Amino acid sequence: MTSLTGLNSLLLTFGKSVALLVALLIFIAYVLYADRKIWAAVMLRRGPNVVGPWGLWQSFADMLKFVFKEPVIPDGANKGIFLLAPFIMGMLALSAWAVIPIGEGWAISDLNVGILYIFAISSLSVYGIIMGGWASNSKFPFLSALRSAAQMISYEVSIGFVIITVLLCAGSLNLGDIVAAQDTRFGLFGWYWLPLFPMFVIFYVSALAETNRPPFDLVEAESELVAGFMVEYSSTPYMLFMLSEYVAIITMSALATILFLGGWLSPVPFFPFTVVPGPVWFILKVCFFFFMISMAKAIVPRYRYDQLMRLGWKVYLPVSLGMVILVAAVLQLTGWGAGMGQ
Amino acid sequence: MSLVPFFFYLFSAVLIGAAFMVISARNPVHSVLFLILAFFNAAGLFVLLGAEFLAMILVVVYVGAVAVLFLFVVMMLDVDFAELRQGFLRYLPAGASLGLLVLVEMALVVGVWKIAPASLVNVSAPMPPGMTNTMALGHVLYTQYAYLFEAAGIILLTAMVGAIILTLRHKPGVRRQKIAVQNARTPAEAVEIRKVPNRQGI
Repeated sequence: MTSLTGLNSLLLTFGKSVALLVALLIFIAYVLYADRKIWAAVMLRRGPNVVGPWGLWQSFADMLKFVFKEPVIPDGANKGIFLLAPFIMGMLALSAWAVIPIGEGWAISDLNVGILYIFAISSLSVYGIIMGGWASNSKFPFLSALRSAAQMISYEVSIGFVIITVLLCAGSLNLGDIVAAQDTRFGLFGWYWLPLFPMFVIFYVSALAETNRPPFDLVEAESELVAGFMVEYSSTPYMLFMLSEYVAIITMSALATILFLGGWLSPVPFFPFTVVPGPVWFILKVCFFFFMISMAKAIVPRYRYDQLMRLGWKVYLPVSLGMVILVAAVLQLTGWGAGMGQ
Repeated sequence: MSLVPFFFYLFSAVLIGAAFMVISARNPVHSVLFLILAFFNAAGLFVLLGAEFLAMILVVVYVGAVAVLFLFVVMMLDVDFAELRQGFLRYLPAGASLGLLVLVEMALVVGVWKIAPASLVNVSAPMPPGMTNTMALGHVLYTQYAYLFEAAGIILLTAMVGAIILTLRHKPGVRRQKIAVQNARTPAEAVEIRKVPNRQGI
């Protein structure tokens, strides 16, 4: 790598980014399909089964349909911001993947503060929603945007504390180092989901709220708000909103995989399983976490908005703050912390 | 070809342009969005300086939290900004002289600053070798200046408690939600099952 000059390394990074982007988008297409199939299976329906064998090309057909539709811009809308919002949303959602290590050293940018970068990017996605809701110049999108902003900011606080407990245990802000810190001879039981189990649960629920997934999809509660902040959107801009929503869900799954499920590590650390390449384990774990998120959509009824806020501020915030203090105290007293003595 | 100067000038130019647009944009929502762009480019400059922790914190705190509140307030206000700008020329001399006064004051204050020799060492070598950015900052904040840092935290806490006290009012006669009572309800006391006779109703 050192022999590469500035421009060459820039081109290499560009090539890697394009490859990751294509792989990610194809993955998202099938995640969307899987979401619909799982939901359908729980409800004893068939789900998408017409386009292609078992409906496998459904997502691509949907994409083509959105692209060929006419984009409608409302009369009183603030046109620039109206069109900017979905692009910002899509760009932010995809840019989080720049630091996620899919395998050992398989990250486009091995940032020292990788986890903070993802946290920063995910805290920005609220802008796409607010801008879209405001620029539509319509009251339901605006109400939905306000709701969504309040919801995302509230749950970011508890996600932040969950991340801090993991960082305390791992002793690094680098995503690769966090995974490496979980590499023990206990395999599956050495990952952080076991010692930090309460935080894993809080992270799971907060991830649902942060990505506006059911049962916390109050942003698009069709019983009250028509369909949320993207009511006025059609064709490609709408597709970008939808796409970024699913990318955000997969990003959260990847983050949970890295923080709690040992990233690219094999669950059983002996011979036949350690040969399997890391990215395979990573993708399997992401799919597992996504399956849990998808099941929540199928089996849990929607929360009320005041219950959601109460849960975020009065239950998760004190519990996660208490856990931060507890974990820090345990690490200090036992000397188990990874970064101790430096 | 080195890319660092190129990105430095790119970030700086966009930063200054965005900062100018913050004060000159007609629509206040556009102003806030330009402010966010300015924050972003400042974070980019931090990254170029090797202060990636500060860059991320700038984005998380200012862009992710503070600017969202700005945007909330600006979007909810229904102010006719064309009307607000009407007296611009009339107030220009007074405003300009105030600005000049502040500029002169700041120049006088900064001009007589004496920088301690100990801090110059920190400026030239901000990070001890073998340490990441975050660790170096942690050592300064939590080891070297731990008491001052905690004092700052307590001041912030006091301000927060003060703000809550100022706005907290207990109105009598307001029905409040009691979560415990709600959760303690059972189907036996909440649901009554009646047998409805056909063609009679209740």
